[in-house]
Amino acid sequence: MATKRAAKMTAFDRVKLARDAKRPHVKDFIEALCSDFEELHGDRLVNDDAAMVAGFGTMEEFKVLILGHRKGETVEENMSANFGMVNPDGYRKAMRLAKLAERFHNPIVTFVDTPGAYPGREAEERGQAEAIAKSLEFFSGLRTPIVVVVTGEGGSGGALAIAVGDRVLMMENAVYSVISPEGCAGILWRDGHQAPAAAAALKITAADLLELGAIDEVVDEPAGGAQKNRKAACAAVRKSVLKALRGLVKIPVDELVAMRYKKLRAYGNFYK
Amino acid sequence: MSWFEAKAEKPKIPPAKALWAICPRCGSHMSKETWKKNGSICPKCNYHGRLPVRERIAATADEGTFEEMFREVSYSDHLRFHDASGDYRSKIEATIAKTGEKESVVTGRCTIEGHPVVLGVMDFSFMGGSLGTGTGERIARACEAAVAERRPVIIFSASGGARMHEGILSLLQMAKTSAAIAKVKEAGLPYISVLTDPTTGGVSASYAMLGDINITEPRALIGFAGRRVIENTIHQKLPDDFQSAEYLEKHGFIDRIVERGEMRRFIAKMLTYWGF
Repeated sequence: MATKRAAKMTAFDRVKLARDAKRPHVKDFIEALCSDFEELHGDRLVNDDAAMVAGFGTMEEFKVLILGHRKGETVEENMSANFGMVNPDGYRKAMRLAKLAERFHNPIVTFVDTPGAYPGREAEERGQAEAIAKSLEFFSGLRTPIVVVVTGEGGSGGALAIAVGDRVLMMENAVYSVISPEGCAGILWRDGHQAPAAAAALKITAADLLELGAIDEVVDEPAGGAQKNRKAACAAVRKSVLKALRGLVKIPVDELVAMRYKKLRAYGNFYK
Repeated sequence: MSWFEAKAEKPKIPPAKALWAICPRCGSHMSKETWKKNGSICPKCNYHGRLPVRERIAATADEGTFEEMFREVSYSDHLRFHDASGDYRSKIEATIAKTGEKESVVTGRCTIEGHPVVLGVMDFSFMGGSLGTGTGERIARACEAAVAERRPVIIFSASGGARMHEGILSLLQMAKTSAAIAKVKEAGLPYISVLTDPTTGGVSASYAMLGDINITEPRALIGFAGRRVIENTIHQKLPDDFQSAEYLEKHGFIDRIVERGEMRRFIAKMLTYWGF
């Protein structure tokens, strides 16, 4: 069914769906996946970044750490969470709590949905580049299972910073890209209006990414997209996340970390 | 005859660009000869200009010691990418023909003042130093070679960021290279990152910022997002020295700004402190 629909939709149609404010966001996924959830705040350095949600919850037999970009439904909600654009403090909060999860053997589930890391003055001054770089290095070696779900916009480095994991799932209408289609069109087409052409050329849909080996599984969405039936969309994500967790917790942690390195190492290795 | 024919017969004067160099940081004009004689360093503001990759290697490695590795690793056009101005394959093939390089980083082993190291040097003139799958693969292999041979890793970065033409797999090189750097550190080996002008985007947000020490050259541009993107986002003008080497040092992300002439000595000295 998913394949049939894919034939009719352009990449840019999916970009629009991925950005739809009615789509389920991290709050919805937490409600659907966890029977309880306690949010925790702050990077212990300078700030608490509202654009990054972090906290512990119970998901069936698992006590998990949840990390995710926060987007909202209304303008007010979005403004309070900086439209899901994380500052360095948010990535540092994520690492701080992930370290705690590692200590107590809590698996980690991340929800990726951001236009990108925040391009601000203070973000640069507090080391946006360093915070993302450190996250990539940190999660690559973290000794606990990590399941990643790309749920909406997977915007470049700001998305990748919490998308290094053992199993990467992606919702059918989510997109995940090295640069926004508008940004790419502005640079390579010299015309931001060519975003649909750029979206197609960049190959950013879940089906494309599965083919490229960049993700492990596509989670099908209800007909018309997740925004049409959030409950069903969340249930599908829940099922895939649980399945992934049940597989990963069986793997001895040394092996798990070695497998993660192998997985990262295989991205774009065309030169045997 | 008419005026334009008379003009056409005038002797050819070389275009100004061929004679004059303009410092991209302070805007001073000087002859190309002066610029070159001064080692691509601005005599007015001490901006350290971009060096072609082979010149950088020659300025860093002990003479005759550089052995290139992984030259067989090149770009990949897995998306068959094309944009308004043409296709990626033709563009990069033209770059390869022009530069003689096959990727935006050159990796190999050498000694620096007698210290054996694995060296990686990025070339901004190769597709803007962009991080493609081949770039990431060379860096990851260089890190693994360093672990196998117990050599420190030194990487000179110069890059505008990830290479859009290679899509998501280009983004994922950030994770791959960062994981490879982690292996170097885990093995008890040092990694010195030298961020040269300019190091931005996906490269600054991966291996370039992960040095056990991060060093740079005077007045280099280092950042994550571009100045214009930030100005358009926050609707504020940014200070002139924003994202300069000096600015980053002040904010705590750079260990030291090192003059080009001192670079070899400085790297060798740091390695000595750590027993390499």
